[in-house]
Amino acid sequence: MDINLFLLQLVTGLALGSVFVLLALGLSLIFGMLTVVNFAHGAYFMVGASIGAYLYGLTGQFWLSVVIVPIAVGVMGLLTERFLVRPLYGRGIDYPLLLTFGLSYVLVECVRIVFGIDGLQMGTPASLRGAVNIGVGQFPLYRLFLIVATALIVVALWLVIEKTRFGLIIRAGARDPEIVRILGVDISKVWLIVFAIGTGIAGLSGILAAPIRAVNPEMGIPVLAESFVVTVIGGMGSLVGAVVAGLLVGVVYSLTSLYAPDYAEMSIFALMALVLLVRPQGLFGRAGLMS
Amino acid sequence: MSDVILNANRRKILLASAAAGATTVSPFAINFLSAQTPTIKIGFPVPLTGAFGVEAQDQVRAAELAIKEFNDAGGFNGRMAELVVRDDKLNPGEAATRTLELIEKDKVNFIVGSLSAAVQLSINNVTKDRKIIFNSISQSDAINEVKDFSKYTFHEALNPHMTAGAVGRYAFAKYGKKVVFLTADYAYGHEMVRGFQTAGKPMGIEVLADIRHPIGAADYSSFLPRIQALKPDVLCLCNFGRDLLNSVKQATDFGLKSTTKLVAPVLLYTSRVAGGAEAFDGVVGGTSYYWRLEDTVPSAKVLNDRYRKAYAGAVPSDYGALGYAGVKSVLTAVKNAGSVDTDKVIDAMRKLKYDFYKGAQYYRECDHQSVQSVLIVESKSKDMKDKNDVFNIVSVEAAGEARLRSCAELGHKA
Repeated sequence: MDINLFLLQLVTGLALGSVFVLLALGLSLIFGMLTVVNFAHGAYFMVGASIGAYLYGLTGQFWLSVVIVPIAVGVMGLLTERFLVRPLYGRGIDYPLLLTFGLSYVLVECVRIVFGIDGLQMGTPASLRGAVNIGVGQFPLYRLFLIVATALIVVALWLVIEKTRFGLIIRAGARDPEIVRILGVDISKVWLIVFAIGTGIAGLSGILAAPIRAVNPEMGIPVLAESFVVTVIGGMGSLVGAVVAGLLVGVVYSLTSLYAPDYAEMSIFALMALVLLVRPQGLFGRAGLMS
Repeated sequence: MSDVILNANRRKILLASAAAGATTVSPFAINFLSAQTPTIKIGFPVPLTGAFGVEAQDQVRAAELAIKEFNDAGGFNGRMAELVVRDDKLNPGEAATRTLELIEKDKVNFIVGSLSAAVQLSINNVTKDRKIIFNSISQSDAINEVKDFSKYTFHEALNPHMTAGAVGRYAFAKYGKKVVFLTADYAYGHEMVRGFQTAGKPMGIEVLADIRHPIGAADYSSFLPRIQALKPDVLCLCNFGRDLLNSVKQATDFGLKSTTKLVAPVLLYTSRVAGGAEAFDGVVGGTSYYWRLEDTVPSAKVLNDRYRKAYAGAVPSDYGALGYAGVKSVLTAVKNAGSVDTDKVIDAMRKLKYDFYKGAQYYRECDHQSVQSVLIVESKSKDMKDKNDVFNIVSVEAAGEARLRSCAELGHKA
């Protein structure tokens, strides 16, 4: 097996991992802060892709979709937290889990009603079409863009969380919501915004993935399983974990495809099992968050 | 218990309202009428929900057209036909239950339908057992084989051996002999690969790789660098529906089309419309029907015009046309037989020589496979007459038993 092919496969894995990273970031953010296991995450991804593809079909403006979609899906997340999830705080972890699970079905059905069951057309935007030579072979320009876009989003999120006052509150709130509340911070408002950011990122990853996947009401279902695998490997609630595990899963999947394509699907679950055996809380997770 | 009472009450209300509005046409009134001349019922289990919902809905639309034609022509001795549609949810278990219900509860005379290799075998098991005619309108090789066949089993659709064979004979001759398969790992994919290989062997094709992917995979990028490095002349995408759409889209992104011809055994009209011109541009594949056949085949023009008139200018899809032909052949056999008796209708179907929409067809004696032409189409992005004009018909492989596996090969006694 020649080295160029190996390297090309590695880059393919990173591009694949980028989508995983984005998905896991949203999921981890919500869990780390609110301890809500959001089963509607795949559905928000699908809603983002659908709205984005619809807008793109209407206007032909990819960048406009990229701006509008996370805002629209974020607003949906805002409403979800305020009216559906909030009444369930203080109960067991399974209450919001079941709620969001049901919600995902509602969202899928809504998209079927609004946009139809046959899915929407979504081409690659003209400026990002085609393949470029990256030194080791031809690689789709759009997937390179995906890697860069993910890196930018991760850096932006890191800056917000590490360098702003709001980020400080998020970090403190994740550690000990009681103390934060005693210090006079309206923690429920913070939770509201974090939930919206998490779902907004899910929507954003939907529109970013739309040009390379078929956009249809069921596209979020496999995505949900994959993003949970990534979050479990990285550690539930850990953002660093989401990034590292996302890329790792992408690369492992991609390299297994090269050498043993039949086991590609299984490889990421094997990786998860292995990580759980060695570190039950995940690579970067804190123990005891689920209890 | 309360359910029964409720139902009884509802019936009374219906009865009262039917009596009150004697001139209004209520479903009850039709039922009342049919008590005297029972309708000929055709059960139609198709996956209305699930990944092939779009195709299934068109199967229903076109099948309703066949029913309407039959009824408009006066039915059979005044007996009208009726389509009883059920959702099989693309699930073999669900399909078996619905089929049994259609036979036991709805008392259908015949079953036509299905859209999945596995689901049709499950329906076939039930109809075989209950001695009811089943005309399958979905691809399968297994249904021809002696293990699953019965005299009640008819197969209106193409099978993978015919389809992949025709596409292979066209593509390997024209584009080259170095071949890679990207295959969905289930019956459909495996049967298609076998079809390509049987056709390709005498032509001397060289298979560089057969890469299997799980059914319903969303991302194919990890298989593509390897395929790119192998530089095949032809890449056969042995997957269906959305899997085909995803893999074509991603292979296009990887620039594979500059070195390799993308080929699909079954290139669906509906997939192409959903996927768009750009992704599918230049992809070659097989199909049972494409509406532009009307340029050369008069019966295709007749079907298209009727369909356009009934459904606001739309054209029938490939699987839609199969729904039409599947129902129409059973109803024609009823007329020919002069009876709805199963055995007499079977005899009439076996004798049938028909041209409903795509040229001459008939059911082969030993396995009831409909012998018919295979169309090779190429997807286009330029020179389109209208939004429905998505393919060029580049070749038509004429109908002929030589294109089928022999009866002996399938295990049938000569």
